[in-house]
Amino acid sequence: MSGPAVELTGASKRYGDVLAVDNVTLAINAGELVAMLGPNGAGKTTSIHLMLGLRNPTAGKARLFGLDPKDLKARSRIGVMLQESGVPGMLRVEELVRLFCSYYPRPLPVVQAIAMAGLEEKATTLVKDLSGGQHQRLYLALALCGDPEVLFLDEPTVGMDVEGRRRFLQEIGDLGARGRTIVLTTHYLEEADQLAQRVIVIDRGHVIADSSPAQIKARVAGKRITFTTTQQTDENMLAGLPLNSQQVDDHRVRLLTNEPEAVLRELFRRGVEMRDLEVSGADLEEAFVAMTHHEARA
Amino acid sequence: MSAVAARPATAPIAPMLVRQSFAEFIKLIRVPAFSVTSIVLPSMFYAFIGLGQAKEPLFPGAQVTFGQYFLASMALYGVANVMVLGFGISLANERGQKQDLLMKSTPLPAPVYFTAKALSALAVAFISIVVLSLFAAIAGGVHLSASQWLTLFSRAMLCSIPFIGLGFALGYIAGPNSAPAVTNLIYLPTAFASGLFFPLRLLPHFLQNIAPYLPLYRAAQLVWDSVGAPIESGSISTDWLYMAGYAVGFFALALWAYRRDQGKKFN
Repeated sequence: MSGPAVELTGASKRYGDVLAVDNVTLAINAGELVAMLGPNGAGKTTSIHLMLGLRNPTAGKARLFGLDPKDLKARSRIGVMLQESGVPGMLRVEELVRLFCSYYPRPLPVVQAIAMAGLEEKATTLVKDLSGGQHQRLYLALALCGDPEVLFLDEPTVGMDVEGRRRFLQEIGDLGARGRTIVLTTHYLEEADQLAQRVIVIDRGHVIADSSPAQIKARVAGKRITFTTTQQTDENMLAGLPLNSQQVDDHRVRLLTNEPEAVLRELFRRGVEMRDLEVSGADLEEAFVAMTHHEARA
Repeated sequence: MSAVAARPATAPIAPMLVRQSFAEFIKLIRVPAFSVTSIVLPSMFYAFIGLGQAKEPLFPGAQVTFGQYFLASMALYGVANVMVLGFGISLANERGQKQDLLMKSTPLPAPVYFTAKALSALAVAFISIVVLSLFAAIAGGVHLSASQWLTLFSRAMLCSIPFIGLGFALGYIAGPNSAPAVTNLIYLPTAFASGLFFPLRLLPHFLQNIAPYLPLYRAAQLVWDSVGAPIESGSISTDWLYMAGYAVGFFALALWAYRRDQGKKFN
């Protein structure tokens, strides 16, 4: 097999006045586990839809295995979990999975697809009676049932509880480890950090970074200082400090700085009361905030 | 992944169509609001209107009984009902739930999806005629010759085809919330105005003038003729031509509505 599995070349997508994806060029090779990371509305979903041929690019082109993504030969080699797509509620889980298996040239056994998604106990349940988290797992079963070479997962853990999410990510990690190509969108940084070998950061329709999680973290020089204070946090407390970014949630303060020693010395001098003080290397979240800091984000 | 070269590029169409049709059939049947109205309603109307006078001649001196005539009317009402409501409302609902987004990302070809929908609706329509016929024969003592049964069944099924196009178009034009109201608002009065419940000559004059242009009126001539009732339109071949015209027109409308919807969502 030659050439990348997934390719966008100078791809743009305009909706009315909004340029959702702006001249994006990227290639994803077989076996890669790629996270597309970005705030809500950054263009992640639109990029995925372009890759899948669900939307036509306004300019540029999208290719799957070198084919038009609308080509059934290309679609037969991928599995997809989309945000907010519906499923027929009046079919049972195994009926729906069996139906989807018939769409693919070399499907997994129905039982296996259901087991991989952890839905064995719900096999005879009507789809409409599944919980939110079970719905997501059903989508995973449907995405896996064709034994795809490339798996597209658009915000797959939205709506899952903590335990469900942990299990799900474990499953995805295992699939990736077994050589499957996975393209995942998320706005959870720790998901990208934990899973992916490669992170593509998208903001306002542009790719602003495309490298390993470690390299992205390295782009942000400096240290993170976190502490809790019982004092009333006001502007004077942090005024004039050499900070790259600051975040105050309730009484939890997170600072990013290239001069941690100077900042701490000044905070002590000002008599700021600090508890649970931590100084550490920047994680992906700081890197992300620093890269997209053009506006305040919660 | 190792056997990439050996694997066929796409799944075979025939088993896909069989599975999809079966799934569509189950989806329809499991919604009581649909299956009960489709399968029971024609027999219920038959009980209310047809049974009391089933043995009487359609008009003084007629060979054909009211029971036979009304069986043909309700058979047509039933099959067209399945197409317009079954197709219209289920498609509108599926669009409302964004099921089309998921289907669109799979290698299921759109023609297979729609053929399966049509086949499943035809199966429900067939069941509705069987149930109605059994009811009319057992409770109403209606008797038809073997060739009359065959003609009635085949004509009613054939006449349902243009309504597949109409239901399809409504499913892509109406929203999920308005679909039941819109389809009923169109279908019920049309059935009435076409003389399916009461003979045309008993209806207001303006309706008698409109009736010949209604698809159900033309279809009604064909099914009445199959049980030996006299027809009002004058010529069976004209009625067939009209039905073919409606089929072309409704399917063209459906295609337009489908493309309009897809263009909005997937362009």
